[in-house]
Amino acid sequence: MLTMIGKRLMFAIPSLIGVVIVTFLLTRALPGDPAAYFAGPAATKEAVEQIRKKLGLDRPLIEQFFRYTNDLAHGDFGNSLTTGQPVAAEIRNRLPASAELTLLGLIVSVVIAIPLGVLAATRPGSWVDHLCRVTTTAGVSLPVFFTGLVLVYIFYFRLGWSPAPLGRLDVFTSAPPTVTGFYLIDTLIARDFEAFRSALSQLILPATTLAIFSLAPIARMTRASMLAVLSSEFVRTARASGLSPATVIITYAFRNAMLPVITTLSMVFSFLLGANVLVEKVFAWPGIGSYAVEALISSDFAPVQGFVLTMAVMYVLLNLVIDILYGVIDPRVRLEG
Amino acid sequence: MKRRDFLKSVSGLAAGAALPAMPQVISSAYADARSETLLIVSEGGPNNLDIHGVGTNVPGYEVSWNCYDRLISHEMKVGPGGVPYYDRDKFKGELAEDMKIDDMSVTFKLRKNAKFHDGTPVTAKDVKWSLDRAVSVGGFPTFQMSAGSLTKPEQFVVIDDHTVRVDFLKKDRLTIPDLAVIVPCIVNSELVKKNASEKDPWGLEFTKQQTAGSGAYKVTKWTAGTEVIMERNEDWVCGPLPKIKRVIWRMVPQAGNRRALLERGDADISYELPNKDFQEMKANGKLNVVSLPFSNGIQYIGMNVTKPPFDNPKVRQAVAYALPYQKIMDAVMFGLANPMFGAPKDKSTEVAWPQPHKYNTDIEKAKALMVEAGLANGFETTISFDLNFAGVNEPLCVLVQESLAQIGIKTTINKVPGANWRTELNKKEMPLFTNVFSGWLDYPEYFFYWCYHGNNSVFNTMSYKSAEMDRLIDGARTAAATGDTAAYDADVKGFVDLAFTDIPRIPLYQPFVNVAMQKNISGYQYWFHRRLDYRALVKG
Repeated sequence: MLTMIGKRLMFAIPSLIGVVIVTFLLTRALPGDPAAYFAGPAATKEAVEQIRKKLGLDRPLIEQFFRYTNDLAHGDFGNSLTTGQPVAAEIRNRLPASAELTLLGLIVSVVIAIPLGVLAATRPGSWVDHLCRVTTTAGVSLPVFFTGLVLVYIFYFRLGWSPAPLGRLDVFTSAPPTVTGFYLIDTLIARDFEAFRSALSQLILPATTLAIFSLAPIARMTRASMLAVLSSEFVRTARASGLSPATVIITYAFRNAMLPVITTLSMVFSFLLGANVLVEKVFAWPGIGSYAVEALISSDFAPVQGFVLTMAVMYVLLNLVIDILYGVIDPRVRLEG
Repeated sequence: MKRRDFLKSVSGLAAGAALPAMPQVISSAYADARSETLLIVSEGGPNNLDIHGVGTNVPGYEVSWNCYDRLISHEMKVGPGGVPYYDRDKFKGELAEDMKIDDMSVTFKLRKNAKFHDGTPVTAKDVKWSLDRAVSVGGFPTFQMSAGSLTKPEQFVVIDDHTVRVDFLKKDRLTIPDLAVIVPCIVNSELVKKNASEKDPWGLEFTKQQTAGSGAYKVTKWTAGTEVIMERNEDWVCGPLPKIKRVIWRMVPQAGNRRALLERGDADISYELPNKDFQEMKANGKLNVVSLPFSNGIQYIGMNVTKPPFDNPKVRQAVAYALPYQKIMDAVMFGLANPMFGAPKDKSTEVAWPQPHKYNTDIEKAKALMVEAGLANGFETTISFDLNFAGVNEPLCVLVQESLAQIGIKTTINKVPGANWRTELNKKEMPLFTNVFSGWLDYPEYFFYWCYHGNNSVFNTMSYKSAEMDRLIDGARTAAATGDTAAYDADVKGFVDLAFTDIPRIPLYQPFVNVAMQKNISGYQYWFHRRLDYRALVKG
């Protein structure tokens, strides 16, 4: 097992090096001149040149690259110009915010989608199946920012049930001391239940928005994979042997249908983590997606590079975890390096 | 991990996820904190707490304005609609209790009881160090200082602990006003020097993260891109103690949500909303909406005069007669702007800027001018705008496109991403574009120096060059410095007239600064920098 993990990590190194080079070149190839942007609205040519010099952008590209990789090797991702903070610290602060939101959204989604998919597969053509089809189609065809805005409009603006969409905590609640960076966990560790409630109530709407969006792939995949398994011979044998429908479906069929569902889950998770920019924008969520997009808009190289690199590392790790899970779920899956 | 264990834990997790939703309860401690706290929501936040920093953005100016003091500031007067408006010509002491202007210098006496946030007294050496810093760090602060002929550290002389003299390099009417802008703020020199390094002699890295001033507020927490929390400085002596104890400034990127927060009464103040929202909020009357014109600011259509066909004044005049001015006012600005067009034919030019020109939408006249220019069949060109301000620029350009098509000018719209806009302007290659310029210092010659002078600054986006124009602008600057009113008036009228006949850029309107606030918030003041001054705001 350990050698397998080690081997897999070794194989990830070339792709990470590739990611470093490509992001560096891509950010440099972006149109726009960061020096002109940051020199401010009333800058003269000389002022722009001074800024360029300060940012080290007047040096040859290759020298900039070596300086960048050297900094990376020392764990320094550089400084963001738009927020003025070190990129590493910003990503460390923002990643948990995105991860907490995405995880919760995914959990909500799984709780709804998997039973829905299983039910739809066991009763194809029934009302459950139609419900599954309608929900998933609606969920995937509504753009997330739209669902988010509608939810805010109804539950905050009209009904007043939900707190103001102002990020992770109510304005007058202070953040718990950081342990995991997940407010739901940190507030419990700090035994600050007021803050826990605030964090949870702030999470409900954005997590629901994400859940609605990610319902479709999970439910559809569960349904398809369940249908395939249910028509297989061992299920027929189990049924013929007189096992109860619950045992047949849950113990035998569902476990065997889980592999593709896990794959879909991992894809949905990594996709959501980077792509929930719009949800973050709507709910003023201090997450990593909105950070990267803002940086991109202002030609701010360092955060974009840091973001892509972090995402690459996360994908590598996530894939590894999924592969290990395969082995746990299905002993027939043997991993080769 | 065993397969079975894993399956069990998965189902456990799923069960745990079904947490009940809890309603929001507001406790009484909340309500108290609320009444002394101002909650501001805006789209963007600061990237640096020090205006002397590299690339400090506009929200950063707001922090600097409220957390640092300057030697002098402006008095207030009653502005349009009864809103307090800064008085361009009247100064009052801020850190200085007395200002004496001599022929070639100005002497400031400092308040003896002023202290920085850490308790050290503000002395003349702090003032000199801070002004030296502003003229030395380069970039925007140094450039802004030079606009008032403040360029050399030798100009700032310490007389004694509480007296500083600023020597003039040359006579310049803008020197004193330039000492009252945001840039020449006074920094705690000892504190910053302690945290400076060989590579960073002015301690910019230190002041980027924390405020080191003597101002009425100090930043107690700043999470970039999320929020800024400022507390009142209880020992502030440079004015009456502000009423607001705590300012929480949250970044809410979505304009619709900012409006919802205001209308629900959760946020106290917001700005940077679409014009349509402001107009609707004004109409429904639940909130106070203040709209004031940008001082010295104009949105315009510019034309590159170095290349055909816009090198021909006839073509430029044709465009000026073809623009849909009133439509832009109604459909894009929703009336929230001052028209800068269609002045009566017999109106004489004023010694003022901005002032409306005499062009109006007149397609027949425009067509005739196109014929005169030998371009009866029209031509093709592109019109560019800055995507950062797409809310206004995009509909505006579409209207212009439609209108120009009527006189045979076919335009393609070129949307330039915000990061790229400045670069594009600098290249000076866009044939036709829309842009805004507004100057902190509200003087006609200042505007014209940047926008029309032949030294071709970034803001002379049209690359306009005219010996006559340069003579008039330079003449007005000299006349202003020496106090020759007659010559000044003649030169200002001269360059305004020339700008309108040569028409390298066509002024459209003077945009408004719109601020929406709850009914219980009062004391809003308009400043040249167009950001909020928390010191005057009152809640309740």
